[in-house]
Amino acid sequence: MGSLRIVPILLLLASPALAQTYSIGRAPTAAELAQSITLSPTGEGLPPGHGSAAEGAVLYTQKNCVVCHGPAGVGGVTSAPNLIGNKGTGPGDDAWKRVRGGEADGALPILAPNATIVWDYINRGMPLGNEGSLTPNEVYALTAYLFVLNKMIPEDQVLDQNNLAQVKMPIGTDWVRPPDWKPGAPRMAGYPY
Amino acid sequence: MDSEPSSRRELLKGGALAVGAAAAGASVSKTALAQTPAAAPALPSYAVNEAPEIPVSPDVIAYGVRSHYVKSLRIQEDGRAPGTTARYNDFGLTLHIQTPLQDSIGTIQASSLHYCATTKGAFVPDIDPAQHTLLIDGLVDRPRIFTMADLRRFPSVTRFHFIECIANSASVTHVNVQQSHGTCSNAEWTGVLLSTLLKECGLQDKATWFVAEGAEEVKGASTMPINKAMNDVIVAYGMNGEPLRPQNGFPVRLVVPGFEGIFNTKWLRHIKAVDQYQLNMNDFGHIRRDETSAALGYTWGPKSIITFPSGRQKLPERGWYEITGLAWSGNGAVRKVEVSTDGGQTWNDAELKGIPLPKAHTRFGLMWNWDGDEHVIMSRTTDEIGVVQPTREQVAKVLGLPYSPQFRPPGTNNTIMPWKIARDGSVTNGIA
Ligand code: HEC
Repeated sequence: MGSLRIVPILLLLASPALAQTYSIGRAPTAAELAQSITLSPTGEGLPPGHGSAAEGAVLYTQKNCVVCHGPAGVGGVTSAPNLIGNKGTGPGDDAWKRVRGGEADGALPILAPNATIVWDYINRGMPLGNEGSLTPNEVYALTAYLFVLNKMIPEDQVLDQNNLAQVKMPIGTDWVRPPDWKPGAPRMAGYPY
Repeated sequence: MDSEPSSRRELLKGGALAVGAAAAGASVSKTALAQTPAAAPALPSYAVNEAPEIPVSPDVIAYGVRSHYVKSLRIQEDGRAPGTTARYNDFGLTLHIQTPLQDSIGTIQASSLHYCATTKGAFVPDIDPAQHTLLIDGLVDRPRIFTMADLRRFPSVTRFHFIECIANSASVTHVNVQQSHGTCSNAEWTGVLLSTLLKECGLQDKATWFVAEGAEEVKGASTMPINKAMNDVIVAYGMNGEPLRPQNGFPVRLVVPGFEGIFNTKWLRHIKAVDQYQLNMNDFGHIRRDETSAALGYTWGPKSIITFPSGRQKLPERGWYEITGLAWSGNGAVRKVEVSTDGGQTWNDAELKGIPLPKAHTRFGLMWNWDGDEHVIMSRTTDEIGVVQPTREQVAKVLGLPYSPQFRPPGTNNTIMPWKIARDGSVTNGIA
């Protein structure tokens, strides 16, 4: 009797559901892994490179950013968002007030919790229509240019893979993380709907 | 005993006679109609072989086409179509396409009618599945590259799930249910669970989040909790009995049941397990100042909508109709749907069609005898964890926000949608 009861357990142990691996797929090469463009907010995954605001200012025209976002990121020339905070606001002002209720929402450098998001956004998505065409040095330079326009870094600072994540962002800690997700839990504790 | 077959034969004979009579009647009534007012519709004809034949084109044989009498079509989301002032429009970023829910039948959207929206309005990539791979790396013991053929060797799942864009928010200006709710669809998805793949790669305990990235031109990427990955996320290659459509992520996408639309990463090429919230380009769109809008903008609560009778439709006469619609919840399965025909004063339990499935559309219906008076009809659902779909006013009240017809509930809008039926039977947006 006792030994019979063990049989189903043994069958379960032998079943693939518990074995969990199937040896399907192959290991990526080092070169393939190096193609990843996913960044961490602490700068892990950033490719080596560097760029200054002076270089970025030239690229901003060369790469047509100016056509859509206006001179010095003021916006308003097309429906692309402004890349600088509202006029009359600057360091020390409430970050959310620097972008909302003004000319337009946007100004990613001000609302980004980490400098790496600005780099990531330009690297993945800009210039619109020719995405993925910028070199790492160009992305560092354009990021530096937008940060100088928003008075976030000194004009002569060169951004690179080591110091980008250290840039102090205007929003600081004034933003909330996504909720803790658990299966079967409502969207927000205490919210009835 | 043997009277049955003979009576059946008689019935067939009688049936044939009736068809003949109807055919004769039809031609008679056609002449009669010529003299009567145009309002009377022509009677349907039961004559055999009266309709012209559909030519046998290669399409008819190889890949079916619907009847040309069926006109139901998708539309571009309001504000994205040419000629509007939306900020996307200057750049042709118009791929936010809504499904014609007013014509929907059953619980799934045909793949050709499924809603679609792309990250940053990206264009749809034309991917050769033989060249496409999925890389899984980060906090795993064995990073792996899978071909599309590899994915099909794993144990598969086939599940129904809805996907809904956060932009699916009914407003007082919407004229029909396609505008107010058409950025949501339900389909049968087939693929391999992400948990199966992560186990294959030896997911490490310290992984708390994962990043999913697409192969479209902007390489849209989102960060999601690892406990969601280990719960019910599907790496899907099949949709409604065939490979995914390009607009829906061919050759492979994520289905993240119950999460806001953008998380359901299409054209999936990379999954990375990580130990901190990554904040990629798409995640930027979820950054909020207050807990409430951050939490409510993440997943979908219980929601339902009446698809018939709905905006721009018309009840031709008083009498019996089935009020019908769809209900779903990001929290799990639908438990109950109620329908009100008096603006929410009293509620009746609707019939649920089939077994409600988790995080999937359930069709409901309630027979209603319209008396020819003005009515405001609405539906509300309760999901399996007991959460009830709110009215717009209830959301404003509980969050302490001012209410007006223009009120836009924060986050994913799961509020009750009222439709107003006028005395002439016409149906309009009932938000007030
Ligand atoms: C063809 C027009 C066009 C060009 C050229 C262009 N952009 Fe953009 N950019 C846009 C649009 C449109 C958006 C908004 C996209 C959205 O919100 O989905 C945007 C968004 C951005 C954002 C995020 C803004 C925010 O606050 O949300 C940044 C940063 C940015 N662009 C930088 C650049 C840079 C740097 C260049 C030059 C390399 C560039 N753009 C070139 C149209 C353009």
